[in-house]
Amino acid sequence: MKQQQKVILFFIAALGLLILPLLLQSFGNAWVRIADMALLYVLLSLGLNIVVGYAGLLDLGYIAFFAIGAYTFGLLASPQLTDAFPAIAAMFPNGLHTPLWVVIPLAAGTAGLLGVLLGAPTLRLRGDYLAIVTLGFGEIIRVFMNNMDQPFNITNGPKGISQIDSFHFFGLDMGKKLVIGNFELASVSMYYYLFLALVVFSVVICHRLQLSRVGRAWMAIREDEIAAKAMGINTRNLKLLAFGMGATFGGVSGAMFASFQGFISPESFSLMESAILVAMVVLGGVGHLPGVILGAVLLSALPEVLRYIAGPLQEFTGGRLDASILRQLLIALAMIAVMLLRPRGLWPSPEHGKTLLNAKS
Amino acid sequence: MDILLQQIINGLVLGSMYALIALGYTMVYGIINLINFAHGEVMMVGALTSWTIIGLMQESMPGTPGPVILVIALVIACVVAATLNFVIEKVAYRPLRNSPKLAPLITAIGMSTLLQTLAMIIWKPTYKSYPTLLPSTPIEIGGALISPTQVMILGFTAVSLAVLMWLVNYTKLGRAMRATAENPRVAGLMGVKPDFVISATFIIGAVLAAIAGVMYASNYGTAQHAMGFLPGLKAFTAAVFGGIGNLAGAVVGAILLGLIESIGAGYIGELTGGVLGSNYSDIFAFIVLIAMLTLRPSGLLGERVADRA
Repeated sequence: MKQQQKVILFFIAALGLLILPLLLQSFGNAWVRIADMALLYVLLSLGLNIVVGYAGLLDLGYIAFFAIGAYTFGLLASPQLTDAFPAIAAMFPNGLHTPLWVVIPLAAGTAGLLGVLLGAPTLRLRGDYLAIVTLGFGEIIRVFMNNMDQPFNITNGPKGISQIDSFHFFGLDMGKKLVIGNFELASVSMYYYLFLALVVFSVVICHRLQLSRVGRAWMAIREDEIAAKAMGINTRNLKLLAFGMGATFGGVSGAMFASFQGFISPESFSLMESAILVAMVVLGGVGHLPGVILGAVLLSALPEVLRYIAGPLQEFTGGRLDASILRQLLIALAMIAVMLLRPRGLWPSPEHGKTLLNAKS
Repeated sequence: MDILLQQIINGLVLGSMYALIALGYTMVYGIINLINFAHGEVMMVGALTSWTIIGLMQESMPGTPGPVILVIALVIACVVAATLNFVIEKVAYRPLRNSPKLAPLITAIGMSTLLQTLAMIIWKPTYKSYPTLLPSTPIEIGGALISPTQVMILGFTAVSLAVLMWLVNYTKLGRAMRATAENPRVAGLMGVKPDFVISATFIIGAVLAAIAGVMYASNYGTAQHAMGFLPGLKAFTAAVFGGIGNLAGAVVGAILLGLIESIGAGYIGELTGGVLGSNYSDIFAFIVLIAMLTLRPSGLLGERVADRA
């Protein structure tokens, strides 16, 4: 009976997720965009959860990998490089439009490699020291993106890269709406399905990882690194693997983000974003997949939804509470309130996590 | 040579501001093992409060001499910041003292965002020009220039540090603070009230941060809601650089960081043949930090901590 209920619930949830964009579409594409962004954040949080939740390595610069993915895609599929360097323009007379099947693995690979590179010198660090180094790394990446418009214009600096290609699948252009008969599927809805597929795929990967030998080794390291080492776990390689895997997720989401937005600038990859990502993971329940997903959806979608409802409030306060300020206010209040009321997160994992539960002072 | 001297002076000024902020971080970390992310924002609140007070005083009492206004604004800013930090600790950190380690960190990040947002609502998200209250003719020392504001910054920092050292090393409160940092439970058994000590630490840290905020704003002549974030981050870097939990380490780390940043920004253009400009100065702090922690993870003056038993 219980099993049967689970299956029914699963199908209802799956159906709901599939119909969602079609429902939202009728209210306007802005609502679908919110759902898209929420899915992207879920993807990012799942990646960060590997590092923070499974391996217990507090990474406050995770957004850097997102940025690297986004810039990899942005540079290889926009007029930026051909405009800046005549030599490249000569090589690609039709403009630089690297195919999806090349760019996405490349974005994942670059981000993963950088994750390992960052992980290598920080292996000896633990806890807060690691947090601050990763935070510094994130900031370094952002400063470079911001300033690499001189002397060669590579990233176009603070102005960012625009006119990034949308995804093309087998002749399907996701930038334009799809019309079949008198049924219309907006571009944002197609992205929704793409992101949804990725999220489902990632959840499966994460779930399998968690139960695998590698996942158990990560958790052993999280609980007690010395004991794990004594048990014959190769802590160095496994930590590097955690950094690399987490970063790969970030890189892929970054490429998705660049194509979805069509525009990227260093502003999207600020430190506050990293902090909000950590907040999503911790808020939901660190190391617990449903919790992480819940946290990501709540923190990304809810403030946006409330923002639409908040019009009257804005008038009431004489324009001081504009939409973006209100969003920030809500995120901040949610972070504080949830942690105060449920320090282990909204939906914590039922077992494990002893170090995270009662860290010794 | 003149350029070098000038950069050293700028570096010292920058470093002393970092030092004031770093002390707050390091004291809090020493006692409750928390990176108080909101500390930079406390500095920002100090700066913006003083800006409001200066504006009010210049309007209502036009004849008052600049330094007097500055001192009054400074005192009020300190009081406001201290109250704020006291409340923050009580509301956001105290209930979580025995929770998972990540929980207070998240509330700290939340607090930081909250304070920035509230500042945006109260003071509007614009850059405000911070009035110059001291004479602006610079003093010349061996070919380099130092403004009276910078002299004041160095002076205030020296005095604050002296007072802090006295407080920590020679008073009963200081002894209680050191004992709590060493071991809160045993300190409790010896008659120290940990809650009181922690509150005191937050108040002292906030006062230093508010001083830093006023100095920072007068030095750069501007103030706004996001001004605390980067200096706060760098100050924390400085605290880690010097060995977190160690007061002298924080000061040494901050001054060194200030010097590295300012000298680095002055020379990076020449060294790299113009490929990298002074706009990269912000990353020096982090590169130094990463190098430092890789080579000596406990910081310059930090004790080597054995792996937990």
